[in-house]
Amino acid sequence: MDSFALISNQIFNGFSVASIFLLAALGLALSFGLMRVINMAHGEMLMLGGYFAFLTMQIIPGGMGLLVALPVAFIGAAATGGLLQTTLISRLAKRPLDTLLATWGVSLILQQASRDIFGAIGVEVQAPTWLDGGIQITEGMFAGVSLPATRLFIIAVAILVLIGLTLIFRHTRIGLLIRAVNQDRMMAAATGIEVKRADLIIFCLGSGIAGLAGVVLAILGPVTPSVGQSYIVPAFLVVVMGGLGSIAGTTIAALMLGLFSALAQIYVDVSMAQVLLLVFVIVFIQFRPQGVIAQKSRALDV
Amino acid sequence: MRTSSFGRFLSATAISALLLSACSGEAPSTSESPAATDASTVSVGILQSLSGTMAISEITVKNAEMLAIEEINAAGGVLGTQITAIVEDGASDPASFAQKASKLIENSNVVTVFGGWTSASRKAMLPVFERTNNLLWYPVQFEGNECSPNIMYSGAQPNQQILPAFEWAVEAGYQNYFLIGSDYVFPRTANLIVKKHIENKELSLAGEAYVPLGGTDFSGVIAKVQAAKPDIIFNTLNGDSNVAFFKQLKAAGISSAETPIMSFSIGEQEAQAMGPSLVEGSYATWNYFQSLETAENSSFVDAYKAKFGADAAITDPMVHGYLNVYAWKAAAEKAGSFEVDAVREAVVDLEAFSTPMGMVSFANNQSLVQKALIGKLDASGQFEIIADSGDVISPEPYDALTFPGKVCEL
Repeated sequence: MDSFALISNQIFNGFSVASIFLLAALGLALSFGLMRVINMAHGEMLMLGGYFAFLTMQIIPGGMGLLVALPVAFIGAAATGGLLQTTLISRLAKRPLDTLLATWGVSLILQQASRDIFGAIGVEVQAPTWLDGGIQITEGMFAGVSLPATRLFIIAVAILVLIGLTLIFRHTRIGLLIRAVNQDRMMAAATGIEVKRADLIIFCLGSGIAGLAGVVLAILGPVTPSVGQSYIVPAFLVVVMGGLGSIAGTTIAALMLGLFSALAQIYVDVSMAQVLLLVFVIVFIQFRPQGVIAQKSRALDV
Repeated sequence: MRTSSFGRFLSATAISALLLSACSGEAPSTSESPAATDASTVSVGILQSLSGTMAISEITVKNAEMLAIEEINAAGGVLGTQITAIVEDGASDPASFAQKASKLIENSNVVTVFGGWTSASRKAMLPVFERTNNLLWYPVQFEGNECSPNIMYSGAQPNQQILPAFEWAVEAGYQNYFLIGSDYVFPRTANLIVKKHIENKELSLAGEAYVPLGGTDFSGVIAKVQAAKPDIIFNTLNGDSNVAFFKQLKAAGISSAETPIMSFSIGEQEAQAMGPSLVEGSYATWNYFQSLETAENSSFVDAYKAKFGADAAITDPMVHGYLNVYAWKAAAEKAGSFEVDAVREAVVDLEAFSTPMGMVSFANNQSLVQKALIGKLDASGQFEIIADSGDVISPEPYDALTFPGKVCEL
């Protein structure tokens, strides 16, 4: 395998890393875009997704377990997110710093709870056998490139989520209402739209997507109480770079960061790649403070 | 305009989350049984992490140390006095280790302390033990390159774990080495030594990669492994990262059969926690394996299981913790005193003594003279011992090739 194959391989890996960043960041971007709420417990929705996958696979082992785990984790995380939104965030939403602290507290509580229930060391989710192997290219210009099935699966999940979200926003009534609230919350409320309901739906949706991210992470690594912590920082970076609340911007930012970190890893260690990633985001924000796609929303003018 | 200030607020949040996540995950310390030093008892400290990320490994070492103390007390104690163990929680945090060590020595007046796991915890405690002239018994393999009169290093020095593994690999005909480790002092120093020896033997280094502690993204590292096609991988990753590494390796279609992996931080307990099927067929080098077939080992394993459950996995650091207590007892009895300097002098003069891992003794540099064993993981999470160093190996804190001219003189 020559350096061309190494670079092609890393571009592919960059797409799979970007898919995880995207799944982790979409919920943050959605709730921030709509409610200006920063949910520090978002990483724990991801962790919950992983544990839901673990529990599902205990009940339904084998090849089908993972496919069942996806909806279970989505619904489980969405329900937890909904509970969090109705009991805590909707009461604090007008005070951003209090929301930040309160959700961070929730994050610590959820981490400790999972540590008590499942133990401090990670639990294990076995990837089903149909995800073993992958595509090995042996001929042509891409000879030596290998595309593991697990990473193809992750990319597929991210693409399906994006398609699903686009369909919901473009073609359903609730999507229309959410877009209305996003553009001008007060005017939307004045026309009779149930703003709180839109908030709740968006929050559930965002948490559910984080739950899906937890499932795909579980096939790559261990599910630990702190798994969400290691993805919350890149998720925040994606949201900042993406332009605060835009789905297209979030997607582009996730791709940029995923590819940047994968390509940086060809030349430097993972630790150094993380440093370069932060530098990249800081420099980017200097030149384009509004992010990849500037969101046109009255909410930001308040 | 507001957009950019929101952006700044969010980036600040992300950065503070990064900083704060570094200090989360700790629990308040607990201390058991108050100090009681009267004529008939002597207090010793046990200082391991009972909470936090290292607790899973260190609690078992604490158990092994407590088991030794109970056995000694049941057999009449040391110098006719019973031992009182004062247990403190290092909470997986070097600063807590230093603070608890000073509390044990200065408030509880312990005569010696058994404990520590990470090199960071040992380095944090070292000044405390030197200042108070007390003695720490350290049970874990480490990177060497340190030598203090106030620490007894019973875990393997690099020449008792990593270099025997390297020599085994050289003999087995492996030419091209890839080094993967977590990004902290042990893997960095260990690999520095391995690289010097690779160069010395005129073999080749396929690559070297470090991942932050707890890191789970190995896509780049694995692409580099695929590009470099090493004969063997030396793995000094620690903790959860191992699970992610082995999973992603498997997903990328790299099997232990074609690219063997030699690990230095995976013992019986870690293998069982990770799921043995994931690591089956990979190698590890330690000074002790649970599968060792000796009478001393089977009675130790039975005693531990009787007390802590039949499923318990027994690991190398546990046995080092256990034998440390017995070595201290033997030294105190030889010296006829619990006084630190007398015990220190006596322990290096002890005859080789019998332990679950075989006959060992302490060298003049206060490290243990011991064998190295190479094991291959089977499907049940136990090691099949496939090679050993033959004779016991004298500990060398400073590798002559890597740190020429440095010697440990105590």
